[in-house]
Amino acid sequence: MELFTNQVLAGIATGAIYACMALAVVMIYQAIDHLNFAQGEMAMFSTFISWQLMQWGVPYWGAFIIALALSFVGGIAIERILFKPLAKAPVLTNVAGFIALYAIINSSAGLIWDFTIKQYPTPFGSSPFLGSQLISTHQAGMIGVTVLLLIGLYFFFQYTRIGLAMRAAASVPESARLVGINTSWMIALGWGMASAIGAIAGMLIAPVVFLEPNMMGGVLIYGFAAAVLGGLTSPFGAVVGGFLVGIFENLAGTYIPGVGNELKLPIALALIISVLVVKPAGLFGRHIVKRV
Amino acid sequence: MTTLLNVKDLRAYYGQVQALHGLSFSLSEGSLTTLLGANGAGKTTTLRAICNMVRSTGGIEFDGKPLNNKSTESIVRFGIAHVPQGRGTFTTMTVEENLQLGAITRKDNAGIVSDIERMYAHFPVLKQRHTQQAGTLSGGEQQMLAVARALMLRPRLMLLDEPSFGLAPLVVRDLFGILGKINREDKVSILVVEQNAQLALELADQAYVIETGRIVMSGNAKDIANNEEIRKSYLGY
Repeated sequence: MELFTNQVLAGIATGAIYACMALAVVMIYQAIDHLNFAQGEMAMFSTFISWQLMQWGVPYWGAFIIALALSFVGGIAIERILFKPLAKAPVLTNVAGFIALYAIINSSAGLIWDFTIKQYPTPFGSSPFLGSQLISTHQAGMIGVTVLLLIGLYFFFQYTRIGLAMRAAASVPESARLVGINTSWMIALGWGMASAIGAIAGMLIAPVVFLEPNMMGGVLIYGFAAAVLGGLTSPFGAVVGGFLVGIFENLAGTYIPGVGNELKLPIALALIISVLVVKPAGLFGRHIVKRV
Repeated sequence: MTTLLNVKDLRAYYGQVQALHGLSFSLSEGSLTTLLGANGAGKTTTLRAICNMVRSTGGIEFDGKPLNNKSTESIVRFGIAHVPQGRGTFTTMTVEENLQLGAITRKDNAGIVSDIERMYAHFPVLKQRHTQQAGTLSGGEQQMLAVARALMLRPRLMLLDEPSFGLAPLVVRDLFGILGKINREDKVSILVVEQNAQLALELADQAYVIETGRIVMSGNAKDIANNEEIRKSYLGY
């Protein structure tokens, strides 16, 4: 039983990171109808920035905040420079744009900070949490920060004017413009927020997976899986999907014989495919019905 | 009466296709003006051109200020509220959120709260359903919501694109009654595009008839309604 609880809690901790990545992916998907393949690389780059700041002597939380702010601005800049001009371009042009962005960020990070694996500090320590062997303080910290972030985002989107405007712009862009919302800037703002959310995920997972330019590859695949599982049209679904994928991945690795660490990823993805066969819009997604 | 909206030699294009061929009309402050015409005559395009949602040339002046080259979202700030064809409901959001969105460019929070109450008084059905997702409302209720959303701007001019579309005759009567009341009591000038010419002429003071992107007839709504020849050749009733 203790092993089970332990695995579930560890799953929730990594699931929190998948939830963040899934949420970032869904925010951009809602705004521009494309999957951001470079979301993980953007998060990795943000994490490197915070690491660099700490190397220069900035304390952890200072580096955390500065990296968040820079990621927010960087996300907006990427949208303005690269994806705004592509807004009316065909899907494949956008896909090429995302792949280019992926390669550019990945190589730039390698060029600036090289590809050797680096230690990344945790502000929470890694001792047992509250004297319990079930979960470490860092894992508890991951969950805590994510929950705070999710609550904050919920209030932002439900109770602020700008959150309302962003939702409106994503759901019916033409009507949004007719009530006076600058939808173009709402998209840019969505990119900025997605970039900052990704940065949080990167900085929280870096102590676990270690810092290097390819650190987010696997994490982003789980994030995509979570987003698809929960439904790409539902931010709430993406978050639930993230936690589900995290838990399932850990339990499968522990209890299904022969799975172990190597097969965790394919098993998680097989689960997602099974769900999609039954519910193509994901667990919480809406079917988009178009009148013809 | 002073001229609120003045449209001169308006030409609009969808890609290479020209939809409006030099259309001119004006609307006086406080009036309820209707644009009539058959399917494809260019009624919707005219409204879309005013809000810069299609490429157009020619002069559009609102209260003496040119609207050309202003973005759709900034034209709202002049006090022009556009209820588009198909109502433009934010279907996944609640009724109340739809109303708040109508006032998203306003800063006076207290005024917005009291205006929402005012809309609920105008349209009691919206109050009953204020927490419901707008997409679950019936067609008539969604049209009420669309009009209420537009009024939340406290507009000087409201553009309405086929408000009667898809509604039961009784609901249409109701809606047009409310539009007349808004025009008289709240002093909102209204430009309404309609296929239902008979009803629109009953309501309006001024009317224009469009055919293939040109104004072919204009005048007092009563006169047009009483002129059998015009009715038969252009309005089909």
